[in-house]
Amino acid sequence: MLDTSDSYVTEDGRTIGGVVMEMKNITLRFGGVVAIKDISFDIREGEIRAIIGPNGAGKSSMLNVISGFYNPQEGDVYYKGALRPPMKPYQVAQQGIARTFQNIALFEGMTVLDNIMTGRLNHMKAGLFAQAIWKGKAEAEEVANREVVEKIIDFLEIQSIRKTPVGRLPYGLKKRVELARALAAEPSILLLDEPMAGMNVEEKEDMSRFILDVNDEFGTTIALIEHDMGVVMDLSDRVVVMDYGKKIGDGTPDEVRSNQAVIDAYLGVSHD
Amino acid sequence: MFYREAGDFKTTYKDDNQTFPIKFDRYRYYAVMFAAFAVIPFLINDYWVNAIFLPFLIYAIAAIGLNILVGYCGQVSLGTGGFMAVGAYACYKLMTGFPEINLFFHIIISGGITAFVCVLFGLPSLRIKGFYLAVATLAAQFFLVWLFNRVPWFYNYSASGQINSPERSLFDITITGPNADAWAKYLFCLVFLTVLALIARNLTRGTIGRTWMAIRDMDIAAEIIGVNPLKAKISAFAVSGFFVGVSGALFFSVYLGAVEVGEVFGINKSFLVLFMIIIGGLGSIFGSFAGAAFLVLLPVLLKNVLVGGLGWPTDLAAHLEFLIIGALIVIFLIAEPHGLAQLWRVAKEKLRLWPFPH
Repeated sequence: MLDTSDSYVTEDGRTIGGVVMEMKNITLRFGGVVAIKDISFDIREGEIRAIIGPNGAGKSSMLNVISGFYNPQEGDVYYKGALRPPMKPYQVAQQGIARTFQNIALFEGMTVLDNIMTGRLNHMKAGLFAQAIWKGKAEAEEVANREVVEKIIDFLEIQSIRKTPVGRLPYGLKKRVELARALAAEPSILLLDEPMAGMNVEEKEDMSRFILDVNDEFGTTIALIEHDMGVVMDLSDRVVVMDYGKKIGDGTPDEVRSNQAVIDAYLGVSHD
Repeated sequence: MFYREAGDFKTTYKDDNQTFPIKFDRYRYYAVMFAAFAVIPFLINDYWVNAIFLPFLIYAIAAIGLNILVGYCGQVSLGTGGFMAVGAYACYKLMTGFPEINLFFHIIISGGITAFVCVLFGLPSLRIKGFYLAVATLAAQFFLVWLFNRVPWFYNYSASGQINSPERSLFDITITGPNADAWAKYLFCLVFLTVLALIARNLTRGTIGRTWMAIRDMDIAAEIIGVNPLKAKISAFAVSGFFVGVSGALFFSVYLGAVEVGEVFGINKSFLVLFMIIIGGLGSIFGSFAGAAFLVLLPVLLKNVLVGGLGWPTDLAAHLEFLIIGALIVIFLIAEPHGLAQLWRVAKEKLRLWPFPH
């Protein structure tokens, strides 16, 4: 039911398809606190969609709604044209939505390889008994999935650390491993929560390159939250701007940049 | 010099995934297997089997089982003694109820029954974590021991309240009862340990092991990646229960022969197995072996040194034994909190470079 009728081609030659995910009038409350108030926006297939806004605007809450970690009190989520019922995060993951976290959430006791292999979970089918025997089905499946994982390892240039326990890695590499783990799921939508937080310029450039490459080579739809405006304006096709849980702007980077409400939210405005 | 990966090239992912990726490890493993199956059975007598080998083999199975639950999946359990009792009583009921079926299958089925009971008591783990879960499993420990003490059906209404293992054999070789040969008992338990250890290794290196470790390391992230926490935790409880149940069944039928539940499967047993995996190393199959060996051998060794070597009175030695073991555990945990398995890993990394300093 994917509506591709209004697909278009961007300046750099990528084809952006129809709407793959649509958020309709989402409201999320924590007790008396309204984190997200009546927000609607959509994500198109193949695009890089940024969500920006000042601290506490509700961006991460929005991402958590998309990944099923929070269920909104009001509003509907449409995924691939169908209304998505409230579900558990692991069910959302099985539908093809992967994410990374603002403060890295890797499995510290496992090696890089094991972490990324865990991302392949939804592609592994061998049952408990097949795995206990190992020879045969489980081993074949392990090898087949290892090949996919090795491609991602090559892609993100982390070959040399594949057998290192994640706990020993520096911050920048951990971020990259987390991206690899999300990519291993071969998601249709990839959610990145501040992929460049705490990085220096070079690391940011690397990460930006990876994000663009992922989008370009695998055609993955990406929704990202980021505070570095330069990065956001360069990478994204369309931007949603949030402030105090409300949507104050939505459009191409240029449109958003000239939006008075957005400028007010970031620079402040006198309330007199 | 001998222990290194250099020159041991792997050209397929299958090679890289084998049980012992390093050649030296592989040959050592073959050597150990050969010694265990083909040499030791000819050398041992009743004393060696009953004092050292049987307890080591059986506790190693229990320790691997508990390690899957605590070390790999991160769910603390203090109910091991109770679950071993389930295995023992299930085995007893099966042995007396269906004497025509072979003991081998009785033990497997006892493991299955224990897995089921373990899952039942593991259900609270979906809601509670850490110390609170430990207390919930403690309840299992006390409840199960109470149940086997108070419901006469479990001990076939015998006057003493004990359960006694009838004589059973496999391939016409007596395994249980007072007439069983030492080597037969040893080999029977060794087969179980070998197969179960391989299964544990297969499970922990594959998908299911990764989901367990993901739940242990960060359950929220695991769930967002697509790990179903219910499935992961329940499967850990089931597999762990199976291992512990088999060890309980062997403990009763092959090793002790007669069991009084409160004495044999009390809370002490739960702590003993937990100490084994903490000292051996959480999240390591080798650690389970090492911990079991440490806690089985140390008392025997101390007794031989104190009573046999120094000629001290037995009661004094027995009391000192507690002191020394307790102190050793504390010292050991301060020096190496990750257990014997970590020491072993460090030694191996040193060996890779030896004799060169860098």
